[in-house]
Parts: sequence; structure tokens; C-alpha cells
Amino acid sequence: MTERELVIVGGGPAGLAAALAAGEAGVKDILLIERDQHLGGILNQCIHTGFGLHRFKAELTGPEYADRFVKTVEKAPEIEVSLRSFAVKLTGDRVITYLKPGAMEEVKARAVILATGCRERTREMIPICGSRPAGVYPAGLAQKMINLEGWIPGKEAVIVGSGDIGLIMARRMTLEGMKVKAVIEIQKTTRGLTRNVVQCLEDYGIPLHLRHKILKITGRDRVEKVEVVRVDDNFAGIPRSGFEIRCDTVLISVGLIPENELLEMAGAQIDPKTNGPLSARVNFTSIPGIFVCGNAFRVYDLADNVSLDSESAGRSAAEYLGKGSADRGNLS
Amino acid sequence: METCDVLIVGAGVTGAAIARELSRYKLKIFLLEKEVEAAFGVSKSNSGIIHAGTQNPPSSLKGRLCVEGNRLIREELSKDLGLTFVQCGQLIVIFDLKDLPALEKIKKEGGELGVKGLEIVDRAWLDAREPNLGPEVKAALYAPTAGIVSPYRFVYALVENAAANGVELKTSHKVTAIRRVDEGGARFEVEAGGETYRTRFLVNAAGLFADEISALAGAPSFKITPRKGEEYLLDKKRGHLVNHIIFPLPSENSKGILIIKTSDGNPMIGPTAHETGDKADLSTTDEGLAEALAGARRMMPSISRGDIIAYFAGLRPACGRDFVIRREDAAPGLITAAGIQSPGLTAAPAIAVMAADILKTHGLGLEPKKEFHRLRPRPAHLFQIPPEETKRLIAKNPAYGDIVCRCEMVSAVEIRDAIKRGARTLDGVKFRTRAQSGRCHGGFCTTRIIKIMREELGLPVTEITKRGPGSELIKGERI
Ligand SMILES: Cc1cc2nc3c(=O)[nH]c(=O)nc-3n(C[C@H](O)[C@H](O)[C@H](O)COP(=O)(O)OP(=O)(O)OC[C@H]3O[C@@H](n4cnc5c(N)ncnc54)[C@H](O)[C@@H]3O)c2cc1C
Repeated sequence: MTERELVIVGGGPAGLAAALAAGEAGVKDILLIERDQHLGGILNQCIHTGFGLHRFKAELTGPEYADRFVKTVEKAPEIEVSLRSFAVKLTGDRVITYLKPGAMEEVKARAVILATGCRERTREMIPICGSRPAGVYPAGLAQKMINLEGWIPGKEAVIVGSGDIGLIMARRMTLEGMKVKAVIEIQKTTRGLTRNVVQCLEDYGIPLHLRHKILKITGRDRVEKVEVVRVDDNFAGIPRSGFEIRCDTVLISVGLIPENELLEMAGAQIDPKTNGPLSARVNFTSIPGIFVCGNAFRVYDLADNVSLDSESAGRSAAEYLGKGSADRGNLS
Repeated sequence: METCDVLIVGAGVTGAAIARELSRYKLKIFLLEKEVEAAFGVSKSNSGIIHAGTQNPPSSLKGRLCVEGNRLIREELSKDLGLTFVQCGQLIVIFDLKDLPALEKIKKEGGELGVKGLEIVDRAWLDAREPNLGPEVKAALYAPTAGIVSPYRFVYALVENAAANGVELKTSHKVTAIRRVDEGGARFEVEAGGETYRTRFLVNAAGLFADEISALAGAPSFKITPRKGEEYLLDKKRGHLVNHIIFPLPSENSKGILIIKTSDGNPMIGPTAHETGDKADLSTTDEGLAEALAGARRMMPSISRGDIIAYFAGLRPACGRDFVIRREDAAPGLITAAGIQSPGLTAAPAIAVMAADILKTHGLGLEPKKEFHRLRPRPAHLFQIPPEETKRLIAKNPAYGDIVCRCEMVSAVEIRDAIKRGARTLDGVKFRTRAQSGRCHGGFCTTRIIKIMREELGLPVTEITKRGPGSELIKGERI
């Protein structure tokens, strides 16, 4: 088992910002582990613009935004990056086990920052009944298919939920020649940013059905249609308000869940409602010396804010290690 | 044209078990399956319970074969085939002590069938061993021989072992025509997948479609009536909730809504039981969800809707109340193994022995092979092994450290191995490895798995499917 001053799990915007801030605050021995073969996390598949408006006063794409951090991290002598490294275990006394091609490593850290991001809520969590054909994808997966692999998932799509990823994907699929037939949102208002409703739906004439829900997905092998119904104030379907939309693709964009399986393994308290750590202060957990930042702490709208709060996590970890002084970020 | 001694239609658990049993003997055997992979029929979507053998009438075929199948799996097959068989035991609970006589009756009938170790247990016993049972539960019948397997991995193991012993599995071979012939000992000419097979004996193990095969062969008709069962899987995190397989008292048509823990550690609730006219109807319904939840929560109130992470439906291929296993005199050489509803997964190895006996009494010579490979090496799965073992595997093959599915910890080696063992679809990879069956439902790993499949199978991504033709995942590639 090796020993490190600070181990950061996750090389997305949160982990990158935390690593840089910790380094600046005087931590000299930082290991950043990332399961993917690149740093940048989910930003790598966000090829649309809208990143960095606050931080860099520039309209950057996800990869461009990430790149500004990655370049600095790569030059920082105190930060060692381990790619294709997958953390499988964390103990309460901060021993991290991770796998990478060719090795299973154990490292004992004096402080840990978990920047493991979030996952998408799935169809199964709503849950939508019906059959289980090919063509039902979490919106983020569809984004990855199109933007990173150049694969077009279908021809005609319906999007469930008006989260930002869903909205962005409505535009993206339209630009790729797919027909987006509707976005279905059970709430009275959209979940996504207004600018995304305007720029991704309205500009392309894509109908948004608020206060509607999907009753059922139909299709034996591939999606054939969805049944949609208007809902009342208790989200129950209103009789005779139903209609069908034929499509071969259904994207699910109904929210994100912080990924805190490692933290849970370590024995920290987790809020069962949000899956975020139970804590009175941003980035802190119930275990001293284990910090959580970015979307793993709580789901943010903007990467700029992830970076900002994650820097404070880096400084808090440094302070815990007896370096510099952290700011007292209180939960807003 | 291919000729053989025995041609088996259907690579579900029934056909696979028969193929494996017959592979002990010097026979030329084909196992034909219409789907792209084995185990894609009824055998993929069920509860995975290796029933003790209670809840069946003592005079029934399924009662007798269930007890014997349970014994074979417990004592022989689980070891020989490298199955993960968890002998957790089952409980049939009652909510009212007035129902004790009903439990006594099940106990007595089970005893007559040869079910071992049955014991009526009181609330104190239950509190010590199944602490999350609700206050309504008063007593239970305990059957220690019951257990759980992964149903599809059971079939894969049978098929792999049968193949290692010379059985030829032909997937994507739907039997479309059967002619009676009398040529050089062959009695049937079978059309499947664009090929013609001649065989002396024909075994009908076609599950939901056994009635259609029977009709094609000119045997007396029977009707398979699908009875749908919806099942709901809970998050592995809730695995601590349940230790045994927990049943309520059975009703006329079904064993009721159960709570089980799958061999992979997820609690599961269901199945419902409703007849449907449609052999392709695998949809789940809001009513089914409500029914499963209500049934399960009566026994264990701490189960909640928010725990559910996946669901599916399966169809029981029912034909009356019992299994139909017999030779068909109207079509000499045809053996029927139909109506294999629950507990078919359990009974399959015993059904296979029975089928072999029928074949033997009707003239099939069963001469044992000198070298029958009884053992099937167990595929390595990181999710099933301790860390030291993982370390050793990575040292042997670095790609074990290359994690593809992070929710279930599945490495690139396991994905490739699954494909080498016969996975042709995304579901096939999932069933074998668990990749995509965790909390994120493949959100993170699907593209990587598709790329590995593209490489291993030499297919363009547009031809990679979820479960066979028609279920293509990608409709186009940007060039
Ligand atoms: C919800 C549910 C829960 C259950 N739970 C349990 C349980 O816990 N324990 C238990 O013991 N049992 C259980 N069962 C029962 C068990 O699943 C079945 O008894 C068993 O899987 C039947 O297997 P089979 O091989 O006969 O049928 P199948 O698995 O359907 O196999 C038949 C095969 O034949 C193929 N086929 C059909 N037509 C043709 C053709 N023309 N040409 C070529 N191939 C063809 C099909 O594609 C299929 O693969 C359950 C069933 C359901 C539905």
C-alpha cells in the first residue's frame, strides 16, 4: 500500500478544479484518478457552447472549457494523474482501492476528495411501464453516442423530461437529421434552463408538452410508439386526454443523481432523498478528511459553479492537511 | 442436408438440459433455436428459484420432477457446471394462525413427494432469521433445500457443457416445417434456418411455441396458454432486507407474490399471474407494479417503490395444470416436453432424465461415451470474487483491470469472454456479465460494450442489436 497526501477520485470539472486549488494552497502530493482515458469527465461529450460565461467571460464548448483546466493540471508538478483507473473501494480511514489495466492498487490518503459526478435517473425509476425494446436511452447516453462516436440512435424521437441534457439533445438530434416529435414534461414548468428551451426547442419548432406524462412504451424489438396523457395536479392521467406518438427512439431526461457509492462504502451519511452527502457545509461529509465536490455533492446547473465550489473543496482539504486556510463555504 | 439421431427444438432450459443429458451418449444431436441466442425465451425471464418441491399436488408430474430436479441441481449440477447456486431456503408465511392447517397440508404433501427438512416455524424463529418481516406474519413453513440460480446463466452452462460434449447448437434456426419421412432410419425431415435436417427422434421443447411445433409434426394438438408474470427488481443496496425466498400461501393459479433475493444479490418481488392471449406480450403494467408492491409489502412493509431499479415480464407456457412430457404415438419418434410452466427451471434436469428414458424405451440406444466431460469451467466474474482473487486475475491478464461497467464492476475480459461463449447481443452480454444491469442501466458503458462487440463480432454498429434482428441499437453512422 502506498501513501499519499491527497487522493482525488474523478477527473471531470470538479476533480480538476479541486486538484488545482489544493495544489495552490500548498498540498504537494496529489493523486488524481480517473476511470476514462481522458480527463474532462462529462464535459467531453458536451460539444455545445454555454460553458465558461461566468468564469472566463467566454462562450466555450465543454471540451474547450475542460481543456483550460486540463492544461494547467498537466503542468502542475504536485498533481499525478492516473487514467483508466477505477476506484472500487473506499474505507472510513481513507484507504482507496482502484483497478487499472494491469494492476489493482491500494493507497492510503491523508485526505480524500470525491468528485465522482452524477448519473442519470432512468426509465425504471419513474417507472414507465410497457415493453422494453431497443431505442430507449438515457439522454446522456444518446449524447455520448452522437457526439463521441458519431452514431445516430434512431430516426424519430420523443424526449421524456425537460432536463437540460434532454433539451440540448433535442437540438442535437434535429441537427443530425432526426425528427424530434415532442418533449414530454410532467411538471407545469420545464426543468431546464430557459435559454435551452428557447435555443433548443422553440428555435426548431419542437413541441413541449408540459403537464403530460408517458403512460407506456410500446414496441416488440425496437420502440414503435409511446402513449402520452395529460395529468392533473396529482400527476394522475386525465381520462380521454391521451394520444399516441409514433417514434423509434425515446430519450429519458428526468434528472440526475449524485454518485456516492464510494462515500457510502466508507460509512458516511447519505441523504436518501438526494443521494448527496448529509452535511451542513458545502463539500464536507460526516467523515473528517473525506470531501465531496461537484455534482457528486449536489447537482449543479452550470459547470462554472462546479469549478468554483470544487476549488473551495480543494482548499478545505488543504486546510485539513494543515496547509493554507479554507474559505467557509456555507450551504446556500 | 444434416442427419442426426436426435433433434431438439428449443434452447431454453428444457431443451438445453435434455441436450446436456443426452450428450453423455454416443449420439449425433442438434439443438435448434429460433432466437439469436440460447435462453432468450421463457427461460430468461423468471424468478430463478430452485424450488424445494412444495406447493405441487403429490400426484403431479411437476411435483415429482421438481423435487428430483432440485436434488440434481443441489447435489450435482451446481458443482459440475460451476453455477452460483445459493441455497437460501424458502418460507411460506401465513398472516393468520387459522391458516396453520393449510401449512400442515403443504408440509404433508411435500413430505410425500420427498421434500426434505420441512418444518413449521414460529414468529420467534422468523424474528431471528428474517427480521424485516411485517407484523402481520404469524408463522411459516420452512423448506431448507430451496435456493436460487441465475436462470439464463444456468441455461448457458447447460448449453456450453452440451456443446463441449458434441451437441451442435444452431441459433437463428427457426423450425418452419416438419415432414414425416422413412429413409435410412430417419423419421422426420425438419426445415430450419434455410437448412434441412433428418432425424430419427425429434424432441419438442419449444416452450411457448410447443403447440405450433406439435402441429407441424402432425401430432395431436394441444394449446399453450401464456400466463404473464411481472417481476420487479430492487436495488442491491436493499439486499440486506431478505434472506430466504418468501411466499404467501399459494392460490389456485399461482404461488402468489414472492420476495426473493436473486443470485446476484438484488431483492426481487413478483411474479404476478395473468393469462394473456399474446405470446409476444412482455409488457409490464402499472397494475402489475401495484399488485407486486402490495403483495410484497404485506410480508415486508419496508419495501418501497423507490427501491425498484428494473423490471420485466415473463410468460409461463401453460398447458393445463401439469407438465406434458410424453411420446406422441401419432407421430412415432416425437417426444413432447411442453407446458413447462413453473417449476420448470427447477425440474429441467429431471425432465431431461425422463426424456432420455422415454427415448430409450422407444428404441434409442444410449451407449455411454468413453469421455463425457462432466465439468464445465466456471467463467470468472469480478463481482463474485474477493479482492485477492481479482489481484491474481489482473496479474495474469492486465485487461481484468480494465473496467467497462462501473456499477457492477465488469472488466473488458469478461465482456470478450461472454462473446466468445456465445453472446451475440447486448442483452446476451448483460445476462452473462451483469454489465448494464446496475443502477445506471448502461448509461456509461453501453457505447464501450458496443465497440467491443463490433470488434469481436466483426459487425458494423448498425447491426448490433439488443436482442436480435429488429432490435438494432444504432440507425446510422456519421461518416
Ligand atoms: C414470471 C415467471 C417466473 C418463473 N419462476 C420460476 C422459478 O422461480 N423457478 C422455476 O423453476 N420456474 C420458474 N418459472 C418457469 C420457468 O421459467 C419455465 O418453466 C422454463 O423456463 C421453461 O423453459 P423451456 O425451455 O421449456 O421454455 P423456453 O425457455 O421458452 O425455451 C423454448 C425455446 O424454444 C424456442 N423455439 C420456439 N419455437 C421454435 C421454433 N419453431 N424453432 C426453433 N426454436 C423455437 C424458443 O425461442 C425458446 O428459446 C417461471 C416462469 C415465469 C414466466
